[in-house]
Amino acid sequence: MSTVSLPALSRVAVCGGTHGNELTGVYLVRERLKKKQQREGQESFSVTMVMGNPRAVQQCRRYTEADLNRCFTRATLNSPISDKTPYEIVRSQELNGLLGPKGSPKAMDLVCDLHNTTANMGLCFITFSDSDWISLHIYRHLQRELATIPVRYIHFDLPKSEAYSLESVGKHGFAMEIGPQPHGSVRSNVFVAMQEGIELMLEWIRLFNSGTLFEGGSVEVFTLVKNIDYPRDPETRSITAAIHPELQDRDFCLLHPGDPLFLSFSGETLRYKGKEPLYPFFVNECAYYETGIALSLASRRRVTIPSIQCNRDRLTMGTDA
Amino acid sequence: MRDLFIDTQMALMLATLLFLRNRCLEKFNPQRPLQMELLTLPALHRMAICGGTHGNEMTGVYLVQEMARRQKELGDKAWPVPIVLVLSNPRAMKECRRYTETDLNRCFTSSILSTPISGSSPYEVRRAHELNALLGPKDSKEAIDILCDLHNTTSNMGVTLISYAPNEWISLHIYKYLKMKMTSVPVRLFMVNIPINEAYSLESVGKNGFSLEVGPQPHGVLRADTYNYMKEAIELAIEWVSLFNSGAVIEGGEVETHMFHKSIDYPRDPESNQMTAAIHPQLQDQDFCCLKPGDPMFLSFSGETVCYKEEDSLYPFFINECAYYEKGIAFHLARKTTLNIPSVKAQKD
Repeated sequence: MSTVSLPALSRVAVCGGTHGNELTGVYLVRERLKKKQQREGQESFSVTMVMGNPRAVQQCRRYTEADLNRCFTRATLNSPISDKTPYEIVRSQELNGLLGPKGSPKAMDLVCDLHNTTANMGLCFITFSDSDWISLHIYRHLQRELATIPVRYIHFDLPKSEAYSLESVGKHGFAMEIGPQPHGSVRSNVFVAMQEGIELMLEWIRLFNSGTLFEGGSVEVFTLVKNIDYPRDPETRSITAAIHPELQDRDFCLLHPGDPLFLSFSGETLRYKGKEPLYPFFVNECAYYETGIALSLASRRRVTIPSIQCNRDRLTMGTDA
Repeated sequence: MRDLFIDTQMALMLATLLFLRNRCLEKFNPQRPLQMELLTLPALHRMAICGGTHGNEMTGVYLVQEMARRQKELGDKAWPVPIVLVLSNPRAMKECRRYTETDLNRCFTSSILSTPISGSSPYEVRRAHELNALLGPKDSKEAIDILCDLHNTTSNMGVTLISYAPNEWISLHIYKYLKMKMTSVPVRLFMVNIPINEAYSLESVGKNGFSLEVGPQPHGVLRADTYNYMKEAIELAIEWVSLFNSGAVIEGGEVETHMFHKSIDYPRDPESNQMTAAIHPQLQDQDFCCLKPGDPMFLSFSGETVCYKEEDSLYPFFINECAYYEKGIAFHLARKTTLNIPSVKAQKD
């Protein structure tokens, strides 16, 4: 593959509190907003810090009326607002105005949305594309430089118009998801890891904008294949089993047909009946009980990424926002 | 002769000292029997097991539901002791939240329970009155003999029994039994030394009572390992009650306990009151490991370490309990002590 020339990233957004009880991003955004005035020096790009869902942050809940991070499809962003529109849909349109509009030349060059999970996932990039070279190169940079936590890349195969989460508003974007951490709490090790992740991302952008050539290569990508729900009582819909102890905390450890999935309250083991071995993730994510996901399963492959270099003719100097 | 005289004098002195010490102990706590005496206590005819007192502490919710299924199937044969199963806060359970208006597990003081309900009473206060009528009334003859309330914590506390200090020989014995029998998870006891009428949590409604706190588990999440630990603990508690009721003498002995000393809050911004630090990585998950002067407590978001500056080495627990952020508690500190508990035997009716 020949070197791909891409425009500089002059406007970057980092968002926290898109889910109000995922606290690492909340505290990181607050901390960076405090330090904003103190930062000196010329960056080649602006960094806008955003609190995604202030109302949910204030109540320390995932959302108040609707999950904000499902409100960024083209359809929802274009839907008319009335008195009865849920708060989060109003907010998604505000954020689209601030960071987008999605799909337009005015949108932020890069949106990084910070999240936490109760699953043992380390640090994961989550995006809709497996060919966004910017996101993939940033991922590789973190993988090489971040020693304290495993770094992986998860791809949900959806076209941009159907992409429902906040980072899809930017020209490039990814969620940075770190776990495990209980919702509503802050763990130092997770805070430090996410802080380092953001610093490395900003360092990469600095280098890219200054004309550094980033060599191509290949990176490992996990692509969502399917979700598995908990076994449920047919009448009450109440769950009748928990994630099996041999699967609990084993995100990204290959699950083979016949491996234990669930342990019922009556002590029975329920096994994975799929035909192919796949990689589980979001294993026992608290927020997904209500959406019917006990775990997600992904296939793994290597993706070839080209060398990339900033097209400096189109570089614009931004000021620190 | 002279040696014998001195020995006798020494013996008399020792005996007097021991007598005076025991009298002092009795005066300090008139109900505390002399060491190793056999204590006869009323049988425990009825036991309550409560889950969902906090609606997002999932283990108790699912365990009580599972026990209810077993009870429906087997009736009186389900367990050797009659058990009343209760889901304490159904409204909070439905929303998978700790509480809807106020923390139910702070509503059981005698003062709150004796204040009449009005139209503006929060849901949880009304529910506390209902539970007091069902399982109490607190401090009366009709109260349930033993009440076990099931909880989860985000802290790395293994299985922890929580009890109020006065007179809880039954809870102390159950703790001793669990500690002996449960080998795959640490079992500890935490005692709060306040009089029963000021005791604010659900288990204070029973004649005897304790909470079973199991962690770490994120709120809203159900883990198989914590479910199994709690199930095992409850089954052993029921087994002990049945053994006690059979009239057997249950040997006393020494038990290690943690007595509540004080709480420590997070460092906060003086204007916004927002936390400015998280639990230090060297303290995170180190519940019940001694915290000594100079040990790190917090790591600020700007990277500074805040150290423990007090003089006493104490034992931290409920470290980074998510629900306590709003109560201004980063962790509790306890003194570790050893108690001598008497042998007990159920009174024959």
